[in-house]
Amino acid sequence: MSDAHHGHVVEHPGSKPHVVAHHFNDADHEFDASKQGMWVFMVTEVLMLGGLFVAYAIFRGLYPEMFKAAHAYLSVKMGATNTVVLLTSSLTMAMAVSATQRGERNKALGLLAATVALAGVFLVVKYFEYSHKIHSGLLPGGLFGTEQNAELIKNFPKAPLFFSLYFMMTGIHGLHVVIGMGLILWIMKRTSAKEFGPHFYTPVELVGFYWHFVDLVWIYLFPLLYLVG
Amino acid sequence: MGHSATGGHNYINHEKGLWSWLSTLDHKRIGLMYLFSVLTFFLMGGFFATLLRIEHLTGGQTIMDANTYNRVFTYHGAVMVFLVIIPAIPGALGNFVLPMMLGAKDVAFPRLNLASYYIFMAGAAIALSALLFRGADSGWTFYTPYSTSTNTTVILFVLGAFVAGFASILTGLNFIITVHKLRAEGLTWSRLPLFIWAVYATSIVQVLATPVLAITLLLLIFERVAQIGIFDPALGGDAVLFQHFFWFYSHPAVYIMILPAMGVISELIPVFSRKPIFGYKAIALSSFGIALVAFVVWGHHMFVSGQSEFANFLFSIITMLVAVPTGVKVFSWIGTMYKGAIRFNAPMLYAFGFLEMFTIGGLTGVFCATLAVDVHITDTYFVVAHFHYVMVGGAIMALLGGIHYWFPKMTGRMYSEASAKIAFWLVLVGFNLTFFPQFIVGSQGMPRRYWSYLPEFTRLNQMSTVGSWVLALGLVWTAVYLWRDMRKGKPAGDNPWEAQTLEWQSPSPPPHDNFIKVPVVTDWPYEYRS
Repeated sequence: MSDAHHGHVVEHPGSKPHVVAHHFNDADHEFDASKQGMWVFMVTEVLMLGGLFVAYAIFRGLYPEMFKAAHAYLSVKMGATNTVVLLTSSLTMAMAVSATQRGERNKALGLLAATVALAGVFLVVKYFEYSHKIHSGLLPGGLFGTEQNAELIKNFPKAPLFFSLYFMMTGIHGLHVVIGMGLILWIMKRTSAKEFGPHFYTPVELVGFYWHFVDLVWIYLFPLLYLVG
Repeated sequence: MGHSATGGHNYINHEKGLWSWLSTLDHKRIGLMYLFSVLTFFLMGGFFATLLRIEHLTGGQTIMDANTYNRVFTYHGAVMVFLVIIPAIPGALGNFVLPMMLGAKDVAFPRLNLASYYIFMAGAAIALSALLFRGADSGWTFYTPYSTSTNTTVILFVLGAFVAGFASILTGLNFIITVHKLRAEGLTWSRLPLFIWAVYATSIVQVLATPVLAITLLLLIFERVAQIGIFDPALGGDAVLFQHFFWFYSHPAVYIMILPAMGVISELIPVFSRKPIFGYKAIALSSFGIALVAFVVWGHHMFVSGQSEFANFLFSIITMLVAVPTGVKVFSWIGTMYKGAIRFNAPMLYAFGFLEMFTIGGLTGVFCATLAVDVHITDTYFVVAHFHYVMVGGAIMALLGGIHYWFPKMTGRMYSEASAKIAFWLVLVGFNLTFFPQFIVGSQGMPRRYWSYLPEFTRLNQMSTVGSWVLALGLVWTAVYLWRDMRKGKPAGDNPWEAQTLEWQSPSPPPHDNFIKVPVVTDWPYEYRS
């Protein structure tokens, strides 16, 4: 027990002790509250991305043929590669959380590093996809290269809209990947500083949540954008 | 100001210096920082409103040209909605009171709470910085295609609202977890104060609706920067889609503004009637009824947008359903006062003001929900008067009532009751003089957002302008005496209102940890016997 300003202290041999914030009864109470908070945050993410999915649904309903024609300009091979890459990174992330909970610090660090590396691979593939699109003038709305893609525009004058959605959806997802990488690096730093162990692993588990969510969003984006029709 | 039980220690003198405030994790200090910020923005929004009313002293040009007028009404609306009414009760009063009412030492995530405050201020700074450039003249609703084609600095303006939205989301998230996880021993859901129920329902709406605004505003920014065409018909997009997205947030936002106000009123009425609240469960659940219906009525802002007749019909019917849970609350409040021993202190006067003004606002809302009538009054001053009766007559009255009610808890001192009564009557009379004439000119067809008006509307517009001066006088006077009494008022004692919610069991002002002894709850907080 402790005084009113400093909560409980939980310890594990070989790790730094964790001080529970003063307004929680104990470590479990703190963990439950944090986890519930993360779930609510996930809900807000779903609603934010929901706007884009609604826009996608509306315009695909209005111009189904255009979506079919425009999606052929995306590389299924690259999209599929990235799907495998992200799914694997979710696996390494889940294993890292489990290793942290069991107190296997070096294993956790290795798995987190693998997760960041896979996220990096995802972004490199995305970089090649984007540069190809930019090079070919397959860009959102007013930036669309109409002369380079005269054929597509002639048959489907609304085609730039598909690329608007493509860039907005994958761009916002990509931003989440970058943020996730930053969070995992932060977790790695704190793991190295021996802050986590069986006694305290809330940040690792919550970053894991976030990472699985980012993965899950891609699982929706891939078929909607790359596998139309 | 000393307090025997705490040895003079309280949250105000717990740490010293400006930095101790700017870096505080104490929900009470963060609440006060919100309160001062919000009241500053209120002054700013009110200043814009006063300019608008002065311009309307005459039908032609009085003090500004039409383009300036467009900017001023845009800023008035945006400041009042995003920087005053939405954050006011949850951010200021909620932050101060909610953890104390729960018997908790703080909100669930104190650092996130401080971050919310700074995100809010950053959003405000970004939005207001547009004033240094060409301002913004799209109205607070940013309707496309005008907002994507006007040459004013709409991007900064929209970006500010986007950023401030995250503060609202994070505050909502924080409150939801706090209510779930940090209730005192014995404080079951059926014993929660009604203010908590209302703020909890509000938080759910904030968390579910605000992200949709975020993506909408982001799309709008990209529409201007890269012509992505989502909202631009010329590029295959849909301008009405913007309206759907916008109102999917902004209608629930109306309830983000009014539900906490109803929560404040639910506390004031039993305390000052000295009677147990009538219909506790009905009031608590009706907050959720309102929150639920809030999400399926957005189309009533779009009756003349060209959406389908069938959608209009459905939205009209569902909108009228809002009156049911609202009526449940109003009748329960009246039922509470019936045969009570009513004390006419300033908070209670504001509760009366709320009941009457909000009822006028609510009933004229039913006019607006009626399709055939709405076609006539859409975009007229009738609508302006309607929502000002709800937002000023409702939300601001409750805010003022709440500030007076919790003033002794926050400061340890009592405001001057005589000063407060003068202010209340100035506000009430000024408010009605300002906005009632607008119902009349609106029903006669005077359109809103116009710089000029026809000569036959002159007299009523002049009445309205004079009213705005009386209202402004009342509000400025309130600021003056609250500032004075915050420092020089009589010591208030811990529980001057003899109220039963937990915050009043703590010293005034409360210690850093809120309570000397962690409270244990054995009953609901409305066991008054007159």
